[in-house]
Amino acid sequence: MRPRIQLLSPELIARILREAFELLMSPGVRVAPAAFELLRAAGAEVSDGVAHIPETLARKCLASVPRDFYLYNRQGERVVHYGGDDVHFDPGSCCVQMLDPETLEARPSETRDLVRIVQVTETLPQFAAQSTAVVCNDAPGEIGDLYRLLVVLQHSNKPVVTGSFSAAGLHGMIDLLAADSGGAENLRQKPRAVFDVCPSPPLNWSEFGSNNLLDLARAGVPAEIVSMPLAGGTAPVTLAGSVTQHGAEALAGITLHQLARPGSPIVWGGAPAIFDMRTGGAPMGAVETAMLNMACAEVGKHLGLPTHGYLVATDSKFVDAQAGAESARSVILGALTGINMISGAGMIESLACHSVEKLVIDAESIASAYRLVRGVEVSDDAGQTLATAMFAQTGLSGEFLKLKETRALFRKEQSLPSAVIDRSARGSESPTDIFARARARVDELVSTYRKPSFAEGVLQAFQRIMEHEAERAAAAAEMS
Amino acid sequence: MRQSIIDGAPDTATQLAQQALADGIDPLEAVNHGFAAGIMFAGDQFGCGQMFLPDLLGSAEAMKAAIKILEPEMLKRGSKRETLGKIVLGTARGDIHDIGKNLVATILSASGFQIFDLGTSVTPEQFVAKAKEVNADIVGVSALLTTTMAGQKAVIEALDRNGLRPRVKAIIGGAAVTSKWAAEIGADGFSRNAIDALELAKKLMGRETASA
Repeated sequence: MRPRIQLLSPELIARILREAFELLMSPGVRVAPAAFELLRAAGAEVSDGVAHIPETLARKCLASVPRDFYLYNRQGERVVHYGGDDVHFDPGSCCVQMLDPETLEARPSETRDLVRIVQVTETLPQFAAQSTAVVCNDAPGEIGDLYRLLVVLQHSNKPVVTGSFSAAGLHGMIDLLAADSGGAENLRQKPRAVFDVCPSPPLNWSEFGSNNLLDLARAGVPAEIVSMPLAGGTAPVTLAGSVTQHGAEALAGITLHQLARPGSPIVWGGAPAIFDMRTGGAPMGAVETAMLNMACAEVGKHLGLPTHGYLVATDSKFVDAQAGAESARSVILGALTGINMISGAGMIESLACHSVEKLVIDAESIASAYRLVRGVEVSDDAGQTLATAMFAQTGLSGEFLKLKETRALFRKEQSLPSAVIDRSARGSESPTDIFARARARVDELVSTYRKPSFAEGVLQAFQRIMEHEAERAAAAAEMS
Repeated sequence: MRQSIIDGAPDTATQLAQQALADGIDPLEAVNHGFAAGIMFAGDQFGCGQMFLPDLLGSAEAMKAAIKILEPEMLKRGSKRETLGKIVLGTARGDIHDIGKNLVATILSASGFQIFDLGTSVTPEQFVAKAKEVNADIVGVSALLTTTMAGQKAVIEALDRNGLRPRVKAIIGGAAVTSKWAAEIGADGFSRNAIDALELAKKLMGRETASA
């Protein structure tokens, strides 16, 4: 039996959805002009930039969303299954700062930091996907989104969770992915990446968000809605109220997306959080933030949709006990909820800063969570007993270590941590703390990393796309 | 009066303000020695973690209610409440996130600053025009996103270009804003929250009067 956790009763989910559909009509949802005609033609009323979406229309659009889909690696193998209760993790994305392990200060993140994160992520099986984890402050901001994806694609074979900074940036990013996949049709058939798209709370699909949804749907590249209500700040203070707002934002997004192209893959995701009443910030390590992510995912699962959440992060500025406690707790909760993609590993300071040392520590928590969700397993083989057969061999000698069953099964029964986790007895050497061990582990993983190889012409195609986009961005900058 | 502000009770504050007028109490005295003490207390309590943002907003709303009753009488008597300074506020171009900016506006306004709130996604030109129009002491630019933080720099450059600084002080705020960024773009200060912003604005005004 797979262990599960459920926060919402079926009655409460029904009530959340009922009110979410009501919100779509009144007060309605702000959308960009590009979506007006699409919505009107489908029977929604649009006035003063606000769409009033009937439940029947939203439900019709829900019905055309694929129940599941896969992300593929460069070799064309299925790696991430968006659907059911499958759980995957990727590093948190879009940090602007990096924790310097030497000085313990946060400094602007650069290309070398993104490369290091990608290298470590590539070597860790706990991460099914890469993310465009940090902004490279050493690259021009106008093509920053494109550049981040380029760096990830150059260094990884894994699928990528990404997102664009502007409507224009998205096209270049899709071009890069298509070049890597051997064409736009191949990319549609075997998507390598999913794009995060964010509404602005409350109930606002801005110009940028709306256009991204429409463009991704038309390109057939998977979209991931990242709705981020802040309970008490930009959303109702109650957890149930914020989950309802999340639902309305996600339903509106799905409606836009499916109207643009029915059947395009889209994920019911988010980064909901509470609003901290002292700092005005979004505490990602709070247990209520984890509860919001779990509850939002439960609503998505009830609708039969692929799900996403933002967990595994901390509000601490260091990789310390607070970071460990907050991150490990939410890893477990997210895994027990069966959220398909859980973003956030490696992040500290409420998503403002990334630490590659934390990434390898989080990987240990993730391994534990994977073990936990496998539950207590019992062999179905006829004649297999739980204990009596082994006792028949050992009697009262206690010599279980010698049994062939022990040797055959311990790797399955136990998850074996790396040297990041200290379980050793105190010896003559002075013990190290987890941060020191994580630093050593990062170096070790980077030393085992191998760069991917590319089909002929792909790197040249990357080069051409980057040059073209740089020229476009330069021309656009001159225009403004 | 003080307690009605601390409690965040606009109805009580309104009643007490009306009663003060009926009893012939100088409205300016009622503000300075009555209601304003509540705001000061709320600010201190917030600073030490005993009161929270919703409490602070409640206090500011109650303050607003009391001032609304007392203001006409103050004007009649020619005893206008002394403003601590004129502040133009807005979020940077391209940024629609205004929770932080609104908090700052509410707290500064309740504390005696005159606020000119330009709203969201404000261009450098709009900041400059408003600052000229109202003869502002301080311009405050908020930006949540790392991508819109460049807009803060643009405002400061525009203020410089128009010769408004150093007389007009430029302050910035927002989740990703750091003291390093503030120094890099030559801002006169930055704050992490609304109460810090109040302290900062008071400090900047104090320096202004000291040097004048």
